[in-house]
Amino acid sequence: MTDIPIRILIVEDEPQMQKFLRTCLAAEGYRIVEATKGQEGLDLARTHNPDLVLLDLGLPDMDGTEVTKGLREWSAKPIIIISARGQEDDKIRALDVGADDYLTKPFGTGELMARIRVALRRTARSGQETPDPVITVGELVMDLDKRQVFVATQEVHLTPNEYKLLGVLMKNAGRVLTHRQLLKEVWGPAYATQTQYLRVYMVQLRHKLEKDAARPRYLVTEPGIGYRLRVDS
Amino acid sequence: MGERPDPDALLERVQEDDKRAKRGRLTLFFGAAPGVGKTYAMLEAARFEREDGRDVVVGIVETHGRYDTAALLLGLEIVARKRLDHRGVFIEELDVEACLKRRPGVLLVDELAHTNAPGSRRAKRWQDVEALLEAGLDVYSTLNVQHLESLNDVVAQITHVVVRETVPDSILEGADEIRLIDLPIEELLERLKDGKVYLAEQAERAGKHFFRPGNLIALRELALRTTAQSVDAQMRRYRDEHGIDKTWAATERLLVCVSPSPSSPLVIRGARRLARSLHADWIAAFVETSASLRLTAADRARVADNLQHARTLGAETVTLAGEDGADEVIRFARLRNVTRIIVGKPTHSTLRDRLRGSFLESLVRLSGNIDVHAISGDDAKSGESPRAPERVPARKGQKTGGFVAAVAAVGLATMLGHTVFPDQLADVVMVYLLGIVLVSLRWGLVPSLVAAVGAVVAFDFFFIPPYYTLAVANLRHFVTFAMMFFVAVVISGLTKRVRDQAESAREREVRTASLYALSRALTASKTRREVLLAGTKQIQELFGGRVAALVLSPSGALVSSVDGAWTYETDEKERGVADLVWQSGRPAGLGTDTLPASRGMYLRVDGSEGRLAVIGIVPDDERLPDAQERHHLDTFLAQIGSALDRVRLARQAQAAQLTVEAEQLRNSLLSSVSHDLRTPLAVITGTATTLTHEKLDAATRRDLAETIVQEAERLNRLVRNLLDMTRVEAGALTVHKEWQPVEEVVGSALGSVEAILGARPVKTDLSPDLVAPFDAVLIQQVLVNLLENGVKYAGADTPLTISARGRKREVEIVVADRGPGLPAGDEARIFEKFYRAEKGKGGGVGLGLTICRGIVTAHGGRIWADNRDGGGAAFHFTLPIEGEPPTLDMPDSQRKEETRDP
Repeated sequence: MTDIPIRILIVEDEPQMQKFLRTCLAAEGYRIVEATKGQEGLDLARTHNPDLVLLDLGLPDMDGTEVTKGLREWSAKPIIIISARGQEDDKIRALDVGADDYLTKPFGTGELMARIRVALRRTARSGQETPDPVITVGELVMDLDKRQVFVATQEVHLTPNEYKLLGVLMKNAGRVLTHRQLLKEVWGPAYATQTQYLRVYMVQLRHKLEKDAARPRYLVTEPGIGYRLRVDS
Repeated sequence: MGERPDPDALLERVQEDDKRAKRGRLTLFFGAAPGVGKTYAMLEAARFEREDGRDVVVGIVETHGRYDTAALLLGLEIVARKRLDHRGVFIEELDVEACLKRRPGVLLVDELAHTNAPGSRRAKRWQDVEALLEAGLDVYSTLNVQHLESLNDVVAQITHVVVRETVPDSILEGADEIRLIDLPIEELLERLKDGKVYLAEQAERAGKHFFRPGNLIALRELALRTTAQSVDAQMRRYRDEHGIDKTWAATERLLVCVSPSPSSPLVIRGARRLARSLHADWIAAFVETSASLRLTAADRARVADNLQHARTLGAETVTLAGEDGADEVIRFARLRNVTRIIVGKPTHSTLRDRLRGSFLESLVRLSGNIDVHAISGDDAKSGESPRAPERVPARKGQKTGGFVAAVAAVGLATMLGHTVFPDQLADVVMVYLLGIVLVSLRWGLVPSLVAAVGAVVAFDFFFIPPYYTLAVANLRHFVTFAMMFFVAVVISGLTKRVRDQAESAREREVRTASLYALSRALTASKTRREVLLAGTKQIQELFGGRVAALVLSPSGALVSSVDGAWTYETDEKERGVADLVWQSGRPAGLGTDTLPASRGMYLRVDGSEGRLAVIGIVPDDERLPDAQERHHLDTFLAQIGSALDRVRLARQAQAAQLTVEAEQLRNSLLSSVSHDLRTPLAVITGTATTLTHEKLDAATRRDLAETIVQEAERLNRLVRNLLDMTRVEAGALTVHKEWQPVEEVVGSALGSVEAILGARPVKTDLSPDLVAPFDAVLIQQVLVNLLENGVKYAGADTPLTISARGRKREVEIVVADRGPGLPAGDEARIFEKFYRAEKGKGGGVGLGLTICRGIVTAHGGRIWADNRDGGGAAFHFTLPIEGEPPTLDMPDSQRKEETRDP
């Protein structure tokens, strides 16, 4: 851990859940700021400027999407949504407006820590003054300057759209990107609902990049939500 | 007869009380004649009520310009009258709808006997009042004795003034309170002289007759007697209700014989009076014999009217069929325990009775212990014979045809006689008789009589010397003529009767056949819709025209329930009429006295537990069903009603069966679920409490913690399955189908079971091009459940295979393992709820596969399992392919082009 402790804001209204999060995060050396309501969370975020926000979707006062929006107005710090089953639509909305990742209750400590680590690593990277022109995720290497892609030193040829799609995923490695976000990024806002394009390209990309396209290691599907470039934590 | 009240009667009374409680109260201000001050008394009473704090509103009150009456109206709220435009003349009527909307505590409605302007919803004001009472409003109204239906002809006899506006007696009987407004005759005459009694212009002339002291005395007596009777009835009802008295031996039952005679209504009313005074039920019967088939259309209409009249007076009406009228009446009377039979006094000559036999005489002879009352019906005016002169319902063309045929037959016979048997008079007579028989067979009685006369004349003219004159040389030929004529008439009569009987048999045959057809069609019907479809079709086949059936929709409105070539569209107005019938149960529309301007006639179908449907009939050329057809129609409706009952009962039985099954299922779910939920909870609780002990070493703690995690995960799976099951069961599963690669969902499913798969080899065999429309989240769930199942039952490290094949209209996906396979014969059962191959193993509730089936079925696919060659189980499911995958008109034109920067 670094000298300055990393601050995590937990916005969660259930006391038992809050206790669990507090205990396990504190054990990992994070400093905790706690809020039980959406508005309180927004206020605390302004005063404490946390490095990461854990946001529960079932808050009594505000919609999780609204809280995400409020945070994204001024902060680019990672937001991880905590949701229950049955809140699929809320989850997608929150991701669409800029949340980074989600966890579905119940989840274990291991999973929580892994997600937090991935999210923090990404912000650390994007915070660099001059972004590294070469992105590496596991065996995947993408050279943005030379527009080249390698899998374990083997160069792979991609069509422009495949390249663009992989680029977006690589730049957001570890983060869940919704269908809408990917389509907007790669094809433009007019194609935000044409998920079939995306699916076809993902299949093509998998066949070019993955060892076994039916058991992808990197390009994983989040059913009903979108895709994620998996980063081993 | 016991002391205890009859339970049926008690029940009836309770129901009546219920009805009464909901129904508004009717207070009648009853008088002997106009001018006794009914309206005044009503208004006074209304003011009294108002002072008592009741919400009194005037619906309609005629002051007829009388100052003192108008003064009483001051300060009372008056509902605006409805203005109806009748051929340019505005007529003001009671606005029932406005009154219903206003819902006052007491509503004043003057002149109960008033006839509404044409175009009003109901023909009579008393019908309006009925509707208001039905709606729960208390009504004050006024009525004169001469308007009472059963007294109508009594009054006419006393005063020689026929009152056309009548009110059924049941209204008076149903009134909760009757206030007799009595005025000494001298005073009334005084008021009349002073011009204080209002008379409508048309009544002015009649009025002079009407207000003779003698008349008024009689009317006053009638009014007093009627009031006394109804008070008596109330008293009796009270005693009855409070068990003060035994019920009287209500064993009297009357039967009145209805005929087409214009005087029949008088007989009916007489019967009603008798029935009332005896507190007896009464039945009005019309006997249909082969003779009655000869009735004219007008006669038939009169029979229908008379039966209708009896019905409105409270009688049960029946139409009997048989060869002999008296016989049939007696048979029916014995069947129904009738104690008295009422018939009209015969008005025809005794000669007719000699010839045809007297109905009355046979009735009396057959009656045995039944009393027969012959009461006078006919008055001077209606003295005409009950049988109208025109008799055969033959069409005009046919009639002329008959006469032409008669003449032709005589001519032919004459020619034949002349050429073949010139001097053989006996043969010639035979030829003539043959002609007459043929005419009577084909054209009926009258032409054959014409032929008989013609034959005699021609015979005389051509064959009896002196030839070619009507003169007769030998007197003995007159005997020949007489005999010839007599034989001709007898033959005609006999032929006629054979014809009539044949016709009657044919008609009955048609009706029996149609009834048979109906009941057969109804028996085959399994649903309400089918019953109504078959029923309306049969009605249409028998009566022609167009037939519709209306039933109550879930929204509470009546809607047409059948569609076929024989039905018609019901518009707003027609549905309004149907609605009225639905509410009241009384026929309405065309041919009835309620809304007769409608296109169709509407009748309600009732079942054992209340109303079921309304049948509408739009006849061809507005030809209404006659009495027999109406009777037949009633039989049809009763048949349809009981068929609907049957369908409903069958459905109820089925629903009950389903409830029992669901109950059993719920019980097994509860026992299974409670066990499966408690086990992990018990483990978690136990382990967690152990953890709080401080003496444990680190390794034990970790071990215990891992146990908690495992059990919690198991609990999570259980709850997830239960919730999914609930969604599947509740039909709340919404499938968002999207075209997508099968490979992708297989990938995501494998990703999410990675942890439990561990190092177990998984083989995938699918084409990357395979796309299908499905819900990725749900199908992933199916695959996860199948994979978990494989892991659970197949041994560790045995390989799992996922393969997918595209076929023409579907994609088949197979998840296979190399485990022990499925128990033989259980391949289908495994998808049932709570089925587990080995109890306790793997810790599932046995819902995983059921959920899979639910999801696959919701997609329109199939799911099944079998054992693989070489061991292991294979689970197959299909996803249907509908339509074409969306084409990809990519915005990127260089799609195929490999890009690589140089």
